[in-house]
Amino acid sequence: MTRTSGDFRGRRALALGAGTATVALLLAACGGGDGDDGASPTAGGTAAESSIDCSVFDQFGDLQGKTVTVYTSIVDPESQSHIDSYKPFEACTGVTISYEGSREFEAQLPVRIQAGNPPDIAIVNQPGSLRTLVNRFDAVKPVPDAVKQEVEENFSQSWIDYGTVDGTLYAAPYDANVKSFVWYSPKAFKDAGYEVPKTWDELMTLTAKIQSDTGNPPWCAGVESGDATGWPGTDWVEDMVLRFAGIDVYNKWVDHEIPFNDPQIIDAWDKAGDILKSDKYVNAGLGDVSSIATTAWSSAGLGITQGTCWLHRAANFYAAQWPEGTDISEDGDVWAFYLPAQIEDEHPVLVGGPFIAALADRPEVQAFQTYLASTDWSNEKAKVSASGWVSANKHLDPSLLNNDFDRYVYGVLTDPKTVAGYDASDQMPSEVGAGTFWTGIVNWLTGQSTQQVADTIEASWPASS
Amino acid sequence: MTTTPQASLPAQTLTLNQRAAKVRRRLSNPWASGIAIVLAILWTLPTLGLLITSFRTQTDINASGWWTVFGKIFTGDANFTLENYDTALHGSTTNLAQFFVNSIVITLPSVVIPISIALLAAYAFAWIDFPGRDWLFVAVFALQVVPIQVTMIPLLRAYVSWGIGGSFWSVWLSHSIFALPLAIFLLHNFMKDIPRSLVEAATMDGAGHVKIFFRVVFPLMVPAIAAFGIFQFLWVWNDLLVALVFVGGRPDVAPLTVRVAELSGTRGGQWHLLSAGAFISMVVPLIVFVSLQRYFVRGLLAGSVKG
Amino acid sequence: MNWLTGGGEPAQKFLLMFLAIALFILIVGLILFLVDRPQNPKKWFLALGFLGLPVLGLGFGLVYPAIETIRNSFLNRDATKFVGLDNYVTAFTTPEFLVVLRNTAIWVLVVPIVATFIGLVYAVVVDRSRFEKFAKALIFLPMAISMVGASIIWGFVYAFRPVQGNIQQIGLLNQVLVWLGIPPQQFLINQPWNTFFLIVILIWIQTGFAMTLLSAAIKAIPDDIVEAARLDGLYGIGMFRYITVPSIRPTLVVVLTTIAITTLKVFDIVRTTTGGQFGTSVVANEFYRQSFVTLNTGLGAALAVLLFVLVIPIIWYNVRQLRLAEEVR
Repeated sequence: MTRTSGDFRGRRALALGAGTATVALLLAACGGGDGDDGASPTAGGTAAESSIDCSVFDQFGDLQGKTVTVYTSIVDPESQSHIDSYKPFEACTGVTISYEGSREFEAQLPVRIQAGNPPDIAIVNQPGSLRTLVNRFDAVKPVPDAVKQEVEENFSQSWIDYGTVDGTLYAAPYDANVKSFVWYSPKAFKDAGYEVPKTWDELMTLTAKIQSDTGNPPWCAGVESGDATGWPGTDWVEDMVLRFAGIDVYNKWVDHEIPFNDPQIIDAWDKAGDILKSDKYVNAGLGDVSSIATTAWSSAGLGITQGTCWLHRAANFYAAQWPEGTDISEDGDVWAFYLPAQIEDEHPVLVGGPFIAALADRPEVQAFQTYLASTDWSNEKAKVSASGWVSANKHLDPSLLNNDFDRYVYGVLTDPKTVAGYDASDQMPSEVGAGTFWTGIVNWLTGQSTQQVADTIEASWPASS
Repeated sequence: MTTTPQASLPAQTLTLNQRAAKVRRRLSNPWASGIAIVLAILWTLPTLGLLITSFRTQTDINASGWWTVFGKIFTGDANFTLENYDTALHGSTTNLAQFFVNSIVITLPSVVIPISIALLAAYAFAWIDFPGRDWLFVAVFALQVVPIQVTMIPLLRAYVSWGIGGSFWSVWLSHSIFALPLAIFLLHNFMKDIPRSLVEAATMDGAGHVKIFFRVVFPLMVPAIAAFGIFQFLWVWNDLLVALVFVGGRPDVAPLTVRVAELSGTRGGQWHLLSAGAFISMVVPLIVFVSLQRYFVRGLLAGSVKG
Repeated sequence: MNWLTGGGEPAQKFLLMFLAIALFILIVGLILFLVDRPQNPKKWFLALGFLGLPVLGLGFGLVYPAIETIRNSFLNRDATKFVGLDNYVTAFTTPEFLVVLRNTAIWVLVVPIVATFIGLVYAVVVDRSRFEKFAKALIFLPMAISMVGASIIWGFVYAFRPVQGNIQQIGLLNQVLVWLGIPPQQFLINQPWNTFFLIVILIWIQTGFAMTLLSAAIKAIPDDIVEAARLDGLYGIGMFRYITVPSIRPTLVVVLTTIAITTLKVFDIVRTTTGGQFGTSVVANEFYRQSFVTLNTGLGAALAVLLFVLVIPIIWYNVRQLRLAEEVR
């Protein structure tokens, strides 16, 4: 099989990685070649056989020849590193992992469950949908003891809580992303003599300074994301609630112990408005405030490399959006700083990440679950991943991560000072978290006041969920 | 001023045909040509934009409009890339050819089966006078409005219990069923326009309905079948939903659309690849359209009335 | 017999495909053979032979799910409790719902009429012209693109960039405005016109459908009728008005109906371009959201039933046309 230039980013990054990754790449390339059954990895992925301890899986008996199906929302090209990271497990046990990724995962999973055709493992993207799967469909099996041990050893209590429904641990965390970053151009900052701000006030001072120096808005933003339009804006608001109302209020807000339109929330939300609703500060190179609503989140920040924008708040995974050839480094074309809090010593961080839900409890499924919760897997995944992948696993070896930026993100994520708040909209009932909250952001950006929007969202909160 | 004579028609019709064409030609210009050209340009422009876009880099797409390339070609600054196509064609772990094969294997039966069944049904509705015919026809026609989404769970449940979940069989069955209301409705419209005298003449000769269907009606339906066949082909070829629901979990059975839909990446950030993907999957339907056009023959009905 | 359920080498897949088609032909052939056996078959027997398969398929694939949907619309969100008309009340009392209903009405009126009209005019003007095939392929082109693809194309057409420094427009429509000296517009935000800009996308797609079917119908108009009209002195618009349109009237009704029903069901365009924001949502989009995003089965089903109800006027109109045609015949 010829893969002519093969020069798209994920693959090249992979090839530049550790030696095992190159072997994995070759294996993958050969595996794709025969055109037969491309999703199930080729048997005999012996490349990394020695890298993990196979004896862990003895307790599950002889699994040779069994198959475990995995269903996720992760598609090409990101999916390849996931498939590769399962290989050591396949080599140990002889189990075949059949991977299927689909962008329609969210809508299709309930259909399959209700039709009696569920996958063995589903990588669910939100604690909210995990709760729905447990309560509504009674589809998820509680984790076996082996998984529970791994999770308790590797993850902090807050991550364990997100995978827990009504006191039972149903799902181990899979990987993680960190949303509290501001992307900027270190080169441009250096040329203009700007410093990375350490507190919220410094950030606002810098914003005003850039505005007066250039006469143009410094911030660029975009919340358009097709049928999910609005979500990048909810992240902004959540970051502000974490910073100005604190984690306790944040958690109460998520659980609806305080109303959605509580005054503390309104105040925090207005802090986002200081930037996002100011025609002086947005929307660099893209229009006025309302243009945020129609600008694709994926291209909103690209102005930073083109010199039309200075600051762009986005998650660590925005790293994948920069055009090929962009130098992502602390003194390069782009880099991100931590979105500062009120004082320097506080480190609230907005995080997100999927969970591993098992919909079957056959031994081979439980064995695979155990593998995915282990540090072995995290390390293996780090080795084969392209830029932009981190895990919340405390025992992950950071040196295995793809690049400096990922190590920086991992550092923020596992810093003891860090107070992690899981993405609120992903925890709220979907009517709000994937409905009126998104719509609210759009209405807010196109004219409605914070109070109006929050009142509408509060009114839409389902009576009992 | 010439028109291509159609060999299949009797001589008398031919001359009529030619004369009529001449008259029309003389009278319907230049306004008609003007309208045709304006519409054609308006309809093609967005697609042209996409075509050019599919050869541009992500940065260029976001920095300037696609029409600027025309100016840049003259100044020599135009910057084209095949990378979008390269990624769309080779970026997957699975060979793209396999998706093409699957698409074809899914599409052909899903076109042939519903059209054949619908032809028979349309014939019955048009020419067999059985009790409750009108009511049944209206019911079938009204079924067009049922959104496919409401059928997913019941159908998939049935397929899984029959052991054909995730196979080609479930896709063929689903597409065939979903196509029936519209197919019957459309073909019935053409079917009932067949002159009564033709069918009655055949009945006089002692032909049964099966014979009438094959000898008299079917040949006259060729243009309509070609027209509907094109659309059924398109719908099946472009379908993503049915494929996702019914072959989900079986990547080796998935059609091209499943692959193209994935091109934009996990979070939809790589949408510029979709422009290349759209063109790759457009090629086959266009070939089908152009090649089936020759069945849009003029005057089949008219000719046979006289004959 | 693993290959019987799909997968395997391409050759096996094609073999399976031909096997399926052969099996189908065998079944239909057998049915027709049986129907043709008796000398003087009863009407119902004939009807059964010709209609048995489709009625069976439709009953299983569409009628049964439709009935289940109607039942679900009276149940709560996870279909465990009877709630009477609550879902309908919820649907009708949501503040944005009137906007959704208004939009749906606009869509279902504008798309069929405009698409059919343009398709008809185009079919007539290119008919018998030298470039007919090529000209038709151009209008047909959008049909070959998926709805999502079309939405992306038009996203480009409507794209907006501000007047700021040396930033260029990347959307064609705004560039045209700028060339004309008019400031660029946010086409997808400004209500209520944004709905019309979305409607343009579906018209762009459906015109090819109308054009193809109408062209087939125009070609079926007997030439002697055309010729006779010429002798009576009918040309151009007169010919169009008094000969072409009346002759293809049944097909016009069919095309209008089909596009109207398609329009009722289309949600992909709204979903990909605006996600139903900025007051552009339609019933089909809300149905999809409730059924598959918020998983409110009851409310989703109620919205689907609303779609069934909205189609009743269209059915009624068709039944009338059918009756009229019957009387003529």
